[in-house]
Amino acid sequence: MSIRLDNISKQFGKFEALSPLSLDINNGEMIGLLGPSGSGKTTLLRIIAGLENANTGTIHFGDHDVTNVHVRERRVGFVFQNYALFRHMTVADNVAFGLQVMERALRPSPAEMSKRVKQLLEIVQLGHLAARYPEQLSGGQKQRIALARALATKPEVLLLDEPFGALDAKVRKDLRRWLRNLHDELGFTSVFVTHDQDEALELSDRVVVMSNGKIEQVDSPVELYAHPNSRFVFDFFGNVNQFKANWNNKHWQNGNAFILPPVAEATQKNGYLYVRSHELSLSKKANSQASLPCKVVAINPVGAEVRVELSPIGWDTTELWEAKLTHQVLNEQSFSRGDEVYATPQVGYFFADGVRGEPIILRWPFLAPGHLMFDI
Amino acid sequence: MSTPSRVGEQPLVKWSLISIALFFVTILLIIPLLSIFQQAFASGLATYFDNLSEPDTLHAIGLTLIVALLTVPVNLVFGVMLAWAVTRFEFIGRKFLITLIDIPFAVSPVVAGLLYLLLYGSNGWIGEWLYEHDLQVMFAWPGIVLVTVFVTCPFVARELIPLMQQQGRSDEEAAVILGASWWQLFRRVTLPNIKWALIYGVILTNARAVGEFGAVAVVSGNIRGETNTLPLHVQLLYEDYQSEAAFASASLLAFIALLTLILKAFVEWRQERNHINEQDQQGEL
Repeated sequence: MSIRLDNISKQFGKFEALSPLSLDINNGEMIGLLGPSGSGKTTLLRIIAGLENANTGTIHFGDHDVTNVHVRERRVGFVFQNYALFRHMTVADNVAFGLQVMERALRPSPAEMSKRVKQLLEIVQLGHLAARYPEQLSGGQKQRIALARALATKPEVLLLDEPFGALDAKVRKDLRRWLRNLHDELGFTSVFVTHDQDEALELSDRVVVMSNGKIEQVDSPVELYAHPNSRFVFDFFGNVNQFKANWNNKHWQNGNAFILPPVAEATQKNGYLYVRSHELSLSKKANSQASLPCKVVAINPVGAEVRVELSPIGWDTTELWEAKLTHQVLNEQSFSRGDEVYATPQVGYFFADGVRGEPIILRWPFLAPGHLMFDI
Repeated sequence: MSTPSRVGEQPLVKWSLISIALFFVTILLIIPLLSIFQQAFASGLATYFDNLSEPDTLHAIGLTLIVALLTVPVNLVFGVMLAWAVTRFEFIGRKFLITLIDIPFAVSPVVAGLLYLLLYGSNGWIGEWLYEHDLQVMFAWPGIVLVTVFVTCPFVARELIPLMQQQGRSDEEAAVILGASWWQLFRRVTLPNIKWALIYGVILTNARAVGEFGAVAVVSGNIRGETNTLPLHVQLLYEDYQSEAAFASASLLAFIALLTLILKAFVEWRQERNHINEQDQQGEL
């Protein structure tokens, strides 16, 4: 079932939780609502479910206007962050709840009901736990029971609030994959809330990035990575180094560090240059296009890569810089902690002050006008 | 060889504090309680039951039970509604309302009795109207029930509010999303969640309703065999120098108190067990 949100806004007293926003979700899509806490993502999810009423705007499920339809009648599946399993009921009773409270005319017979519960428990691979109580389950098991309970009434829309928030890393990864398979198999439309960008990128067909009650960008994970359209999105996806660039008619200056931008005009402004940590190289001496002196603070091998933490010498950043190198590169250059090195971006994303929209993508080294060979 | 003691755990301090506590508990609580039974049974079992089967005493027992029987359901329903209102809805004055609930605890019961007498007595605002319509509230059982309801109204709400706040509303939201009606939601989700706290509140309400003296004394008029509750009856008998009969009635009240304590301990134990389970549950996440 497709979902169409049109001009939805929400206020709590004087606080504007959602500025008017619109969003179209296609039938069978899996959408991740991603943002820091307070960005309004959970409020948006609760509005779709009908747990909150929007102050303005309309919601359609398919062609049906559900804006004023009560939660009870919206027939969505909802998985709560804390699972909200009924603690005094067995797992089977929890799953059967949605069927047991149906109107008499629609309610399946007890035999059908127990068959359906059994089926659902098999889908979530927990058939052997039917007689247990929630308190006897692990976090991951509770999560799957909550999902089975939400699916009992065959909803066409499944909403999940921070579905993996409270689980440890290993369980989280397994469950993610499992949920994605289930979604593809059963073909419902899913919307989930998360503050974890890896989770959003791995699971979603499209990611909705939110901040301060607004939608910053809606795109597929690949697009989102390739073309982040604002500094916020860039910052939020992390692993990125920030250079406050002040144009001084010659190059970008920041303290005693400088970078020479390759493109004229549009880049001859103040702004911010973002450099992804795997698109940064290190060397023992500066060059004519970039001079970013740093001290090596830490060298952490993590799997196939080595993360080198850098503290700027004589220029300002809000956070330490990080370079991700391969083991091979590190072995060739043999840095050690405390060394002074020079960082050079390979690719940079420039956001000029006062200009909204996508950044200008720049590459180094470049062939400077009037030069016949690379200067690096 | 003694194991190193924890900070502040000196044997001398420890044992003297324990002995002092035991001493005071004995002379202040245990001996008086035992002496009630000793006095009541001083002339043997037969006299004890003779004393209790006096018509006036039987009437007092009956009236006390009726008052408790009417008070408990009223405050049960009222307490649940109040707790629901202040924990499930946001409204202006919510915090103020939570404070107001405690008024009966803060006000002396005698004062509460007097207030009701002023309001419902033949010269009061409401009393005059009642008098014109030939309804007797003061110096009759409705007045006794009214002040008892007032005095005991915080118990249930006080037990439920913190629990319902802590449990939050996601269980109820989950039930509504799954299609539960209001009544299904309350009966199948909310009620089981608050069951033990509710029982605890009812036990306390009942104990207080049976034992209330001050407020009832003001509004009952102490008419023997008509508006005398058990606590008032004890005093009447004692003033009539029928001390053995007084102690027999008092022993009934003491017995109810002991029963309450046992039930209370049991319910507390159940609640604690539920609570520990919940914490385990949270610890696992």
